[in-house]
Amino acid sequence: MESQLINEPTELELLRQARSGDFAAFQQLIDNLQPRVYGLAMRILRQPQDAEDVTQLTFVALIEHLGEFRGDSSIATWVLKIASNNALKVLRKQRGSKVVSFSEMSTADNYSDVPRPEFIAPWSRPADEIAQQAEVQHEIEVALSALDDKYRLVFILRDIEGLSVRETAEIMELSESTVKVRLLRARLALRERLTWKFGDALQAMTPNPNHS
Amino acid sequence: MTCEELLKALNDHVDGAELSEICEEFATHLAGCNPCQVVVDNIRQTISLYRAGQPYTMPAAFQDRLQQSLKWRWEKKFGKVGMEPNSGLPGKDI
Repeated sequence: MESQLINEPTELELLRQARSGDFAAFQQLIDNLQPRVYGLAMRILRQPQDAEDVTQLTFVALIEHLGEFRGDSSIATWVLKIASNNALKVLRKQRGSKVVSFSEMSTADNYSDVPRPEFIAPWSRPADEIAQQAEVQHEIEVALSALDDKYRLVFILRDIEGLSVRETAEIMELSESTVKVRLLRARLALRERLTWKFGDALQAMTPNPNHS
Repeated sequence: MTCEELLKALNDHVDGAELSEICEEFATHLAGCNPCQVVVDNIRQTISLYRAGQPYTMPAAFQDRLQQSLKWRWEKKFGKVGMEPNSGLPGKDI
């Protein structure tokens, strides 16, 4: 078993083989990435047909641009950036001129009036245990969908997909400081909503007025 | 540092930023403020919860179509799959 693991080709070996025309190596390279890209596109666009289009576009682009990967991030990060850009293009097209651009600055993009936590209580169980409940996945996706696009998108890219603040800023065409403010607002909004659901009301507390 | 200032510095702390003067102030505040400790923990739990699951499954029919489509693209770029790469043979047109 151990020798099998040792003999597994590395990501860069697979990439080298794929670049020389080995389709099986390419398939192995993207095997785990396909559901991840589809999930990212679903989270951003919320429509299966749109998510399929984005997934297909992303991997077709990967074939066309295999030679351009510079290796300054993991292949997963590179692919997720391509997928995010594709999904945002679709979202921008859908939104048209009816809403502000994701990159448009607003008064909400500073720390001056960040909403303060209202319901403060430790969660009754750890997140990994809560995640095992079938209905929870649906509930947390509903909470995410309720966020304004500009907060939802930074949370998806930074916190769910694990892109850096800089990468998120590049994709969203924002400054890093704006990403950080939007991320804070997204995190606080989701915390509030999920704590009402998973918090232990018996241990609820109020902010200490003498401390703030 | 006040609770409000702690909120503003929250991102860097949750993201595991390197210790700095701000982080020391953050830690000092946190040590003496139970509500802030809980809020920080809630946020970590929130992020963990979203990272723990993959709520969307790729439909099998789409997976098949995607595979076919990628294979077709591949053959247009590199030549027929299973043949010597870059052999110059024309790819399969669908």
